[in-house]
Amino acid sequence: MIKSERVVKGILFLSSLLIILITAGMMLSLMNGSIPVFKEFGLRFIISSQWNPTEGREEYGAMAFIVGTLLTSLIAIVLCFPLAFSSSLFIGEYFQGTRIAKIMGTLVDMLAGIPSIVYGLWGFYVLRPLIVDLGLNGQGFGVFTAGVVLAIMIIPYATSISTEIIKMVPGELKEAAYSLGATRRDVILRVLIPNARSGIFTSFVLAFGRALGETMAVTMLIGNANIIPDSLFGPGNTMASVIANQFGEAEGLKLSALISIGLLLFVITGIINGIGKLIIKRFNS
Amino acid sequence: MSEAPGNSGDRTLRKRMRKNRIFAGGVIFFSLLTISPILLIVYKLVAKGYRQINFDFFTKNAPDTYEAMLAVGAGEIIPGGILNGIAGSLYMVFIASLIAIPVGLLIGIFLYDQQSKRYAGIVRDITDILQGVPSIVLGLIAYFWVVKNITNGFSALAGSTALAIMMMPLIIRSTEETLKMIPETIREAGFALGVPYHKIILRVLIPSGFSGLLTGILLAISRIIGETAPLMLTALGSMEVNFQIDKPTSAIPLLIWEFYNDPNMVDLIWSSSLLLMMMVLLLNLLSRQIISRRS
Repeated sequence: MIKSERVVKGILFLSSLLIILITAGMMLSLMNGSIPVFKEFGLRFIISSQWNPTEGREEYGAMAFIVGTLLTSLIAIVLCFPLAFSSSLFIGEYFQGTRIAKIMGTLVDMLAGIPSIVYGLWGFYVLRPLIVDLGLNGQGFGVFTAGVVLAIMIIPYATSISTEIIKMVPGELKEAAYSLGATRRDVILRVLIPNARSGIFTSFVLAFGRALGETMAVTMLIGNANIIPDSLFGPGNTMASVIANQFGEAEGLKLSALISIGLLLFVITGIINGIGKLIIKRFNS
Repeated sequence: MSEAPGNSGDRTLRKRMRKNRIFAGGVIFFSLLTISPILLIVYKLVAKGYRQINFDFFTKNAPDTYEAMLAVGAGEIIPGGILNGIAGSLYMVFIASLIAIPVGLLIGIFLYDQQSKRYAGIVRDITDILQGVPSIVLGLIAYFWVVKNITNGFSALAGSTALAIMMMPLIIRSTEETLKMIPETIREAGFALGVPYHKIILRVLIPSGFSGLLTGILLAISRIIGETAPLMLTALGSMEVNFQIDKPTSAIPLLIWEFYNDPNMVDLIWSSSLLLMMMVLLLNLLSRQIISRRS
C-alpha cells in the first residue's frame, strides 16, 4: 500500500471512530447524570408514578410517563395503520409507476417535512376544538389528541418501507393468482400481504419508534399532567414531553430525574429500532 | 341440480367483484385521507399567515409583548418581524453543517470503502441507532457537553451541536447509498491508472456522486431546520439578532414557541410557521429537482 493511501484510509477510519465516540459518550453522559436519582430512589424511580418536585418532599417516578409514551404511541400506530397501509397499496400496487402514484408519494413525503411544532399548532387550533365539539374531552387536551397528531406524523415512515416491500413481491406470483380467477382484493389479501408480511410489520415497528420520541406536538396537546392517564381521552405526559416541559426550571435531583427519563427513552427507542432492523436483515437474507 | 350452475357462479362472481370494488374504494379513500392533513395545514398557514408577511417581517426583530398588545388592541397587524429568528436559524444550521457535512461525508466514504467488513457493519448499526435517538435527548446531551462545559450558558454552539448530531447519520447513510450507485468500473479505472487514493475520492467519487451527495445534505438540513425541542434546551432564544457563538440565540421554531405561549403575540405564529414550512418545502423541492435532473 502506498503511503498516501494509508493516510487516507487512516483518516477515514478515525472519522468512523468519532460516531462511536459520540454514541458511547451520550450513553455515558446520560448514565452519569442519572446516578443521583437512582441513588436516591433506586428501582422505585422506574416503577413509581409519583412526581413531586416540592422541596423537602421530592419524589420522582417515571412510570406515569412510560405509560403515557406507550399509550400515545399505541393510539398513533393503530390510527396510522389503515392510512399508511392504504397509501402503500395506492403507490406500490394500484397505481404503481404512474404519475398519480408519484404525486401521492411526494405528498406523503411532505408530511415528514412539516415541523413538529407546526403539527402542534394545527392540533391545537384545528383538532382540539373538534375533540371538544365531539364531547370526547372538555378541554380537548389529552392522550388521544396527541395520539391522533402522532399518527399523522409517523405515516410517511410507515409508508415508505412498506411501499418498497409491496413493490418487491414478484409479479409472477400475482399473475398466477390472477390467472386462477382471483380479484385484485384476493391477490392483495392472499398473495401480497402474506409475502410482504414481515416487511410491513417492520415498517410499523420503526414508525412506532418514531412516535415514542416525538416531543413538541405532543407537549402542546397532551395536557401535561404528571399522572397515569385515567382514560384514553384523559391528560397525561410522555417521557419526551415531560423533559421539554420541566427542563427550564430543573436543578439537582429534578434535573437528574429528567436525564434518567432521557436515558430510558434512549434505551427504549434503541431497542425498538434494533428489533426493526433485525427483522429487516432477516427479511433481506 | 335444479338451479343452473352458471347462475350461482354469476352470483358469487358478482359478490367477489363487489367486494373487490369496495376494497379498492377503501384504499383510495384512506389514501386521500392520508394526504388531506398536508393540504389542510398548508391552507391554514397561508390563510392566517399571509397578512403578517411584509417587508418588516424579514427585516425587524420580534416585537415585545407590550407593543404587540397595543397593536392587537387597535386592531392592527402586529409590528416588527422575526429577523432574530431567521438569522439565528440560518446561523445555527450553518454551524451545524460545518460540523456535520465533513464528518458525515468521511464516514459515508469509509462505509462505502469497507462495505462488507465486520467493523463497518458495527459503524453502520451505530449510525442507525444514532438516527433513531429522539431529538430531545440530543438536546439534553448538547446541554451537558456544551452549555455546562464549554460556553457556560445557553448558546448557538450548543444548539448547533445538537443539530449536527442529528444531521450526521442522515448524511452518512445518503453518502454511502449514493457512492454505492456509482459503477465500480469507474473507481477501478482510476486504480488501474495508478491514481492516488485521495485523488480517486476527490476527483472521481465525489464529482460523479455530487448531485446525490448534495441531495442528502439538503434533505438533512430540511430535517433539522424545523427542530424546536433540542433548541429549547440549548440555544434558549434571544430578542436580538445574535452571531456570537457562545451567546443565547433565537431560531424561527423557538419564536413560534414563544408566540404560542404569549396571548398578545399569538397572531404571529401563522406567518412564522408559514415561512418555516416554505423553507422546508423549498429544500425538499430543490433536492427532488436535483434527483430528477440526474436521472
